Amino acid sequence: MEIIQQILFVAALAVTGWYITKRVRLITRAIKLGRAENRFDHPDERLKTMLLVAFGQKKMFTNLLVGVMHFVIYAGFLIVNLEVLEIILDGMLGTHRLFAPYITPVYPILIDVFELLAFGVLAVCVIFLCRRFIAKVPRFQEKRHREMTRWPRTDAAIILTAEILLMIAFLTWNASDSVLRDRGVGHYAELQGVVPDFLISQFFKPLFAGFSDTALTVYERTTWWLHILGILTFAVYVTYSKHLHIALGFPNVYFSDLQPKGEMQNMPEITKEVQLALGLPVTTDADGSQNNDNGEQPAEVGRFGAKDVQDLKWINLMNAYSCTECGRCTSVCPANITGKKLSPRKIMMDTRDRLEEIQRGWKTNGYDYKDEKSLLNDYITAEELNACTTCQACVNACPININPLDIILQLRRYRVMEESQAPASWNAMFSNIENNMAPWKFSPSDRFNWADQVNEK
Amino acid sequence: MSTEKTYKVPTMADMVASGEEPEILFWVGCAGSFDDRYKRVTIAFVRILNHVGIKFAVLGSEEACTGDPARRAGNEFLFQMQAMANIQVLNGYNVKKIVTACPHCFNTLKNEYPELGGNYEVIHHSQFLQGLINEGRVRVKDGQSFKGRRITFHDSCYLGRANKVYEAPREVLAALDADLVEMKRVRANGLCCGAGGGQYFKEPEPGKKDVNVERVEEALSTGADTIAVACPFCMTMMSDGVKNKNREDSVRVYDISELIAQGQGL
Repeated sequence: MEIIQQILFVAALAVTGWYITKRVRLITRAIKLGRAENRFDHPDERLKTMLLVAFGQKKMFTNLLVGVMHFVIYAGFLIVNLEVLEIILDGMLGTHRLFAPYITPVYPILIDVFELLAFGVLAVCVIFLCRRFIAKVPRFQEKRHREMTRWPRTDAAIILTAEILLMIAFLTWNASDSVLRDRGVGHYAELQGVVPDFLISQFFKPLFAGFSDTALTVYERTTWWLHILGILTFAVYVTYSKHLHIALGFPNVYFSDLQPKGEMQNMPEITKEVQLALGLPVTTDADGSQNNDNGEQPAEVGRFGAKDVQDLKWINLMNAYSCTECGRCTSVCPANITGKKLSPRKIMMDTRDRLEEIQRGWKTNGYDYKDEKSLLNDYITAEELNACTTCQACVNACPININPLDIILQLRRYRVMEESQAPASWNAMFSNIENNMAPWKFSPSDRFNWADQVNEK
Repeated sequence: MSTEKTYKVPTMADMVASGEEPEILFWVGCAGSFDDRYKRVTIAFVRILNHVGIKFAVLGSEEACTGDPARRAGNEFLFQMQAMANIQVLNGYNVKKIVTACPHCFNTLKNEYPELGGNYEVIHHSQFLQGLINEGRVRVKDGQSFKGRRITFHDSCYLGRANKVYEAPREVLAALDADLVEMKRVRANGLCCGAGGGQYFKEPEPGKKDVNVERVEEALSTGADTIAVACPFCMTMMSDGVKNKNREDSVRVYDISELIAQGQGL
């Protein structure tokens, strides 16, 4: 009997491992569709940012209460997973609480901490479900945000419910295990006197008082399996979900923008053209790369700006996979607040949706597959792009340093430089700058006229 | 009171001709040169510069748009044409230090010109004024009291979030003996006036309301009679918003340098 459980367990682990590897490869391939961009510079600064923003959750604490609640889930996730190590070893070796005899004095303290966190996670997930579906926090509501369609809402509900079930399984497993130990049933008796009752699960023990020894053993085994299979399934599910941020949040912050938020990235391939046009010495190489010393990779000359995901940078695509659709960006966006169609969250979700559409194409038609669609127009419309004030509120708000503005600006570049599709009044502004050196139609020779008034009262 | 005073605005060309070098170049910007309302700000700042006796110069008709609205609207080619031409002029005059009253010019000159060969120390006029106040070179005169006035400061995106200049304009306003009141969305959470990213140069997209109206409603809810700004676009957007709310008789929009100039009796 034991050996069958061991075999099944190893099989479950193997299937999970195989599936996750497959998913990671696919997502990596999708991110690599993006253009090259060096984000390996300034490792010290990047590490510091990652420690503060990702590990330290700095930006989550903007709203203290939510920050604390998120931190409980985050800490629970990191630390409860240590317990999973024991569960996995027990599963493979057919043992029961493998570590307990070796670290006897520490063991109950560890489990108490795990239980406390598990209970915290349970409580917070219930609160989060209430916030989303009962208290109706505005940024999650379908009525106000058209990107919050059925799948994003279901995805959120699945994650929160799954976490609640996993924690209930964990806590009642400990409780039923304690009762079996008290009763001295089978191998459970071996830990009598070694392992005491635990902090939280002791309160669940009365629930099991009426259970027969057999029923209790079945419950103990079932919850043990539910807990670990739940975790394995969750690990695979995460790769399909917005919840992928638990893994990608860290590298996403590490590779995030270091320059001031107002700085828009230069296009070296255009610098060369302009230098030629102005008769200046060309400081860029023939391939459009700049002879600068900041170690940037040469940009491949393709389109000016971005029409589809391939034209974006890989970091933009990693941003899309890291986005957990919390909508903090959208809730601070001046365009969105005043009822315009732009939603920075939708920009990120569209980018990921487009990548997943391409992935589906790969599955049926091979990796060279190209369809007729593009991120611009099929997903993101001109009306959304034109509404952006480039105020960087979205960039500032993102807890994991995602930059929706960068994508918006690249799409604008494509529309203006490749399609000549700017709004008419922008075209007028462009021609004023070109002809009069100012965005308005004034003569450049009148530029200094203000000085005549400097001594007027 | 200052009828005898004559303010001077030397150009870089004048300076070079007389073999002199200014401490700072005052980058006026397109709005500061052409917009009737913002010309008053340019003049206020020039009077302060004259008053404290700083050796400065402007480019005059040699100045051109930095290219900021073009770049943000997506016209990278036009931006770089402007940038390269401006850099040639600035480098030709061997400019080292630039002060500007426009956060968009400030951001572009400071962050985006270096990659194209233009390296300068760039300072926003709020930072410059803060320096003058800290050194005691600017002091609000007796009899120019701001007592009883409620001032609220509107953060500009390209000064605040873009470049983390939050305190300088507030410290400048603190030099006036007025009541400073803060809006709900301030500093890193400040709400845009609605003009950045080229929005100033076109009609807004359809929506429930205009961004500047939303922002002015917030400013008015503080009970302030003065909305202080530090950007030409914020100036126009806030003024239009105040008009939209029919409050132009009781609520005024001023640039921080205008308030300081008033306080100095300039």
